[in-house]
Amino acid sequence: MIANIIVVGAGQAGAQAVDTLRREGFAGRLILVGDEAQLPYQRPPLSKKFLAGEMTEDRLMFRHQPFYDEHQIELHLATGVTRIDPATRSITCTSESLQYDRLLLCLGTTSRLLTCPGAQLAGIHYLRCLADAIQIRSHIKPAARAVIIGGGYIGLETAATCRTMGCEVTVLEMADRVMNRVASPCVSQYFSDRHSAHGVNIVCNSRVVQIEGLNQVERVVCADGSQYDADFVIVGIGAMAASSLASAAGLNCDNGIVVDEFCRTSDPHIYAAGDCTNHPSIHYGRRIRLESVDNAVEQAKTAALNMLGREVKHDRVPWFWSDQFDNKLLIAGLSDGHDELIVRGDPTQRVFSVCYLKEHALIAIEAVNQPKDYMAARKLIADRTPLDAGKIPRIDTLLKEAV
Amino acid sequence: MPRIVFIDANSRREVLATSGISLMEVARQNQIEGILAQCGGACACATCHVYVAPQWMDQLPAREDMEQGMLENAWEPKDNSRLSCQITVSEALDGLEVTIPERQG
Ligand SMILES: Cc1cc2nc3c(=O)[nH]c(=O)nc-3n(C[C@H](O)[C@H](O)[C@H](O)COP(=O)(O)OP(=O)(O)OC[C@H]3O[C@@H](n4cnc5c(N)ncnc54)[C@H](O)[C@@H]3O)c2cc1C
Ligand code: FES
Repeated sequence: MIANIIVVGAGQAGAQAVDTLRREGFAGRLILVGDEAQLPYQRPPLSKKFLAGEMTEDRLMFRHQPFYDEHQIELHLATGVTRIDPATRSITCTSESLQYDRLLLCLGTTSRLLTCPGAQLAGIHYLRCLADAIQIRSHIKPAARAVIIGGGYIGLETAATCRTMGCEVTVLEMADRVMNRVASPCVSQYFSDRHSAHGVNIVCNSRVVQIEGLNQVERVVCADGSQYDADFVIVGIGAMAASSLASAAGLNCDNGIVVDEFCRTSDPHIYAAGDCTNHPSIHYGRRIRLESVDNAVEQAKTAALNMLGREVKHDRVPWFWSDQFDNKLLIAGLSDGHDELIVRGDPTQRVFSVCYLKEHALIAIEAVNQPKDYMAARKLIADRTPLDAGKIPRIDTLLKEAV
Repeated sequence: MPRIVFIDANSRREVLATSGISLMEVARQNQIEGILAQCGGACACATCHVYVAPQWMDQLPAREDMEQGMLENAWEPKDNSRLSCQITVSEALDGLEVTIPERQG
């Protein structure tokens, strides 16, 4: 009999898991423990509408307090879990120890930290949680100089938001193009151009070696000697799975907590879901770790169902989006291993998609302001529909008809 | 406070909504099943799809391109399909009726 379930990490996956557990009839004791002070909330707006002041804090929450009360979900917020003891099936929190029959870890990620001299100065921020976003927001005002280190999603989204709010913005990217790990050169170029057109200064091939300032950040120095004056700095150089709690408990970890397609860890009573997991992608036939809302939600559902004894596999085609200025990038699938890349539409018209094929089937798409292709692609990818590559570039043909 | 009616295969629920937030958020606050809203209102998932009662269609601002494109390949789109995250609730929508599709996505 499973009488006690504890979910650790009250973020996207944790909130979904308790929801699904109750919805699917789990009637035992259900505890959600999280180290942040707020009710579980969505993170994507933190770099977008929330940062821009277009969305208030209470609109970030997935559910309000009455939901947790009504469904008897015990919330232990502002409570960090410091230890898991699989032998006694217990966890140690800030002030108490709790017993579980099943434990679900939804620990998310931690930001990769800058290590150069000066990295500890005041005014240098990461963006992972609401508290970070509130701090960053306090710096944003017209003509404030923002230097953003890292031209990935978080760097570029915050750059766009800061610029829209009137800041002078510089993005420093170490690689030769922005979003180099997540998008094709064509999409990188497009977004780079959009940022430049809005007055963001994007500098590639620039490695930050030092941050200078007396008590507070004043300038950022790169390896080639170039310097950028800054009133504040945002660092977006990637994230690592938050797996130390799990590895200390002896769970198998390797770039994340290793789980199977049922979200089971190497301990039969412990499950994991979301950004913190290294999991098998059934569709792509290899192990992956993702940082995306969809993956967190779907793995959380899978974990919840399996904890209740239903055998359900996590089998999804990943998807993701990014908003920068008035552009929406919609991504589905994983492009690694493609043997053909076809651009559909015209980037100068600001509506296009990049299609990745492998053995004539679509494996991924990056759609810019092109929701139709994106939605069609999600089905085509999932079904492995063979496509006629010759028809793909023809914008007068719907993507779903390029068969 | 405007009243909104959510209808699905088994039930009809009338709820009081707060003006200024989206119809999707009203559904979420009231635990309306069947509106998944995975992207949280970013117009990126099409899992907040509803059918608006025909008499209300004219009262709503037209779909923007992004919403239109998402809907065309959503599950069973119809002329009265909308993404609920793209509709802002106001007093003018008092009495609005929407039906939830059998599926989302
Ligand atoms: C600024 C920003 C913008 C984003 N934009 C997008 C986007 O546009 N689209 C998209 O798909 N995804 C986006 N993401 C990613 C998305 O938010 C994550 O993939 C998602 O939140 C992952 O859910 P999760 O539950 O795995 O982790 P999280 O939501 O990060 O939750 C993990 C929680 O666990 C807590 N925790 C960790 N360790 C402990 C411990 N020992 N004890 C107690 N609590 C603990 C953490 O504090 C946190 O609250 C964005 C992320 C950020 C930060
Ligand atoms: S909530 Fe995702 S499109 Fe409306």
